[in-house]
Amino acid sequence: MTTTPLLDVRDLVMHFPVKSRGIISRTVGHVKAVDGVSFTLGAGQALGLVGESGSGKTTTGRLVTRLQKPTSGQILFEGQDIADASPRQLKPLRRDIQMIFQDPYTSLNPRQTVGEIVGAPLEIHNLVPKSKRLARVQELLEIVGLNPEHYNRYPHEFSGGQRQRIGIARALTLQPKILVADEPVSALDVSIQAQVINLMQDLQREFNIAFLFIAHDLAIVRHFCPEIAVMYLGKIVERAPREELYSAPKHPYTKALLSAVPDVEQARIGGRRERIRLTGDVPSPINPPSGCRFRTRCWKAQDVCATQEPPLEPKGASTGVAACHFPEP
Amino acid sequence: MSRPFLSVENLVVHFPTPDGVVKATNGLSYTLERGQTLGIVGESGSGKSVSSSAILGLHRRTNAQVSGQIWLDGVDLLSLSDEEMRKHRGQDVAMIFQDPLSALHPYYRVGDQIAEAYRAHHNVPKRVARTRTIEMLARVGIPQPDRRVDDYPHQFTGGMRQRVMIAMALINDPTLLIADEPTTALDVTVQAQILDLLQDLQSEFHTALIMITHDLGVIAEVADDVLVMYAGRAVEYGSARELLTRPSMPYTWGLIQSIPDVSGPVDKPLRPIPGSPPSLVHPPMGCAFFPRCPYSKLVDGSGERCANELPDLLPIVSGHLKRCHLEDPEVMYQETPALEAAQ
Amino acid sequence: MIAYIVRRVLAGIVMLLAMVLVVFVLFFATPGNPAENSCGKFCTPEKLAQITKSLGYDQPISYQFGMFLKGLVAGRDYPVDDSYRAQLIANGHADQIIHCNAPCLGYSVLQTATVNSIIAKYAPVTISLAVAAFVFWIFFGVLIGVIAAVFKGRWLDRVIVGVTLVAYALPTFFVGTFLLQYVSIKWQLFPYPHYVDPIATGDVGDWLIGLVLPALTLALFYMAAYVRITRAFVLESMSEDYIRTARAKGLTSRTVLFKHGLRAALTPIVSMAGLDFAALLAGAIITESVFNYQGLGQLAVRSTRDTDLPILVGLVIVSGAAVILMNIIVDILYAYIDPRVRLRH
Repeated sequence: MTTTPLLDVRDLVMHFPVKSRGIISRTVGHVKAVDGVSFTLGAGQALGLVGESGSGKTTTGRLVTRLQKPTSGQILFEGQDIADASPRQLKPLRRDIQMIFQDPYTSLNPRQTVGEIVGAPLEIHNLVPKSKRLARVQELLEIVGLNPEHYNRYPHEFSGGQRQRIGIARALTLQPKILVADEPVSALDVSIQAQVINLMQDLQREFNIAFLFIAHDLAIVRHFCPEIAVMYLGKIVERAPREELYSAPKHPYTKALLSAVPDVEQARIGGRRERIRLTGDVPSPINPPSGCRFRTRCWKAQDVCATQEPPLEPKGASTGVAACHFPEP
Repeated sequence: MSRPFLSVENLVVHFPTPDGVVKATNGLSYTLERGQTLGIVGESGSGKSVSSSAILGLHRRTNAQVSGQIWLDGVDLLSLSDEEMRKHRGQDVAMIFQDPLSALHPYYRVGDQIAEAYRAHHNVPKRVARTRTIEMLARVGIPQPDRRVDDYPHQFTGGMRQRVMIAMALINDPTLLIADEPTTALDVTVQAQILDLLQDLQSEFHTALIMITHDLGVIAEVADDVLVMYAGRAVEYGSARELLTRPSMPYTWGLIQSIPDVSGPVDKPLRPIPGSPPSLVHPPMGCAFFPRCPYSKLVDGSGERCANELPDLLPIVSGHLKRCHLEDPEVMYQETPALEAAQ
Repeated sequence: MIAYIVRRVLAGIVMLLAMVLVVFVLFFATPGNPAENSCGKFCTPEKLAQITKSLGYDQPISYQFGMFLKGLVAGRDYPVDDSYRAQLIANGHADQIIHCNAPCLGYSVLQTATVNSIIAKYAPVTISLAVAAFVFWIFFGVLIGVIAAVFKGRWLDRVIVGVTLVAYALPTFFVGTFLLQYVSIKWQLFPYPHYVDPIATGDVGDWLIGLVLPALTLALFYMAAYVRITRAFVLESMSEDYIRTARAKGLTSRTVLFKHGLRAALTPIVSMAGLDFAALLAGAIITESVFNYQGLGQLAVRSTRDTDLPILVGLVIVSGAAVILMNIIVDILYAYIDPRVRLRH
């Protein structure tokens, strides 16, 4: 029996127009930031979205939260397509899908107190009577590990890790079903990263929140997400359960990505892992290569890779999917 | 026995501010030989960038108070006049920074900026500097260097920009290169390329390399020796292998524990270090790490010693130093029982 | 870059046309009798009728606007009425027909001259004053601002900041009167300022000397502002990462400050300076009044007093055009200085 997944994204496309530099401004091309992305997310699950710059992972996150309207495709939230929804239709949905941003130093309004920041959603959606709002705000501050008495303080009085907690508290205010976390710990010190990651895991378990975890750091994603999708130039090139992806990646890009991560564990055991050096630069998303987009940097590329785009399908015995004509064994 | 190529001795850097004196670096000492790589690890406020900037004399003419000695190839850089130091800066010792987009001037072509670095120390005509610039761009792996030399910084991708920075730093063949978080702002595959490039160039020019980072993975890849800094002091020092496999200071151990990796077991929870780094204006009396350390009670039963007495940086075995009262680091590796007992 | 310039110029032309339309509507299409406003204080019904006919105020608005545009582009003749003009020629009074060359801004019956010629008479004073003031305030403003930034926090900086605050607060009439009454007349530190036409008399020296005191009056206010602005922008620019890189390369402090720091701070200063300069071209009423220099400011006051509508219309269009032109120039300069603007990648 298949239940309707909480979030079902189908063939999501986001093309940004590029204007010419001539005398009259015309649209000469498109940045194909997201070019046909599909995935599902069940209640309480965590899906990792990994990629480097230009992969489209951040744009995907913004599309799911409808901070941006997709060029085409479907975003089915609890069975209902919100891809084309108007702002009025979206308003109640904003309670269910929330976002945590990357930079805790710039994503909080410096002129508002913490209480105002965290309590703003309550005010906008008018869910809780005014008299009860403070109590809820304090409850949230406590949940994220901050002192509830500090609701009258301003963001600059907190450290980076604490600010990120404030951002998380704000996202939790309306009891969302999905949290899109866009590089939530990249801007934090290493020892603080672990604190925030643990917090998010606790929250996930306690409130059964589904997470779309966007990151470029393969190690952190591995820790948080049982399922991971790897993006390259606007497409998902591999999606697999965690164990499979990290121990036996099928797509060459995933393999190269994994081999590039400097690994402390490996150094402790001794010796360097065999590093796959990717040559060249990431191609422009305005003019992605024909067929398989990775072929310009892939050591296995053959003629068929230029003519036929490989479909995203299961390879070998794994449960995951990969888009490659010559997947790794 | 001659002095090591680079020897930092008792470096102190304090900044007077309206809120009090920020004691960014307090009595830091370490050495480095040519052809070797020293990794300096620390988080914000550890003093890793501040102390390294002092080697370049970047704190001169600011209101910073700097004392101690920095011996580079027999010369104490701190004793030099401003003008003498300027001659060394960019010539014998060079630095590359974290974000190449903001570190390069947006209004000038990269070729001009690199040639400027060359002509600051060599009295040559522009033609000659330009040729050398193009050579250097080719050496760091920029395709079509004769065309790209006239491009502006914003016309390069992140990885290419960092290569430009490296070309600019190395154009005068410095004997010491300081890399301050050079790969933090880059994608991981590009990071790998840059680290490889740095190591290739180091072995070719026999440069001494100081790699400042908060990423233990980067340390694992490139560093021969590692210096861990916390609250302005060195707290552990040793070979990379030693330090990463058998750290003897709880902070180092805590860092290793709190980092997820791509190949270890997954169900092991992340062990964050609770709390945050201390204020540098009012540094604590005893060990700076004491408020966050789970092992202080193991030292003397009450934790008093750690709270009140700053440990000295002492050798454990030859070449491996730690600043910690905890006699036997083995207890850290036993994790759970020790932790529970300490709480 | 060329495409950028062309686009800017085209946009400027569009803006100019829009501005002319708005001015025209404001002055000629709103309730109120434009003929009365062109007639002056001692207006008789006969004169009113004559003005209405010869300036074409009895024609439909769209016709008037069309004629106005034609005048701007190709010149026009007065009286406006074709048949009336034919009549004058036939009667041998062809010399009574006024040929107003492009860009024709109108005709003032009160002064019996084309607005162009009137403005052309008063404009040189204003332009000289504006340019002189501009040079003063940019040179000293930026220089002192840089000094203040370099010595930030020290006593020199504090003194500069304090003095600029006072200078900024001094009203123009006070400064002008002070310079005139005390510096020139009472203490005889400077010869009594009067405007000398350099082209007519060939005496450039006296022209320049005559400009000093009024230009200083005009400039003081802006100078104070620009000291502060330059100081702020230079401080901001010097705290950027690329300054640290420049130092790390071993460049001298002077190179770091001027080549790297100041260059970046110049962009916003240039933008602002262009627009401030344009505002000056409209005429500095108070300064001209204090020193009795016959510039566009004085012209505007006089025309308002005498209710000479065509001149006022001409002045508004001229100053509006100056602003649009300076806008274009500033944008082009900006693109020249900052490669990120012209090379949008």
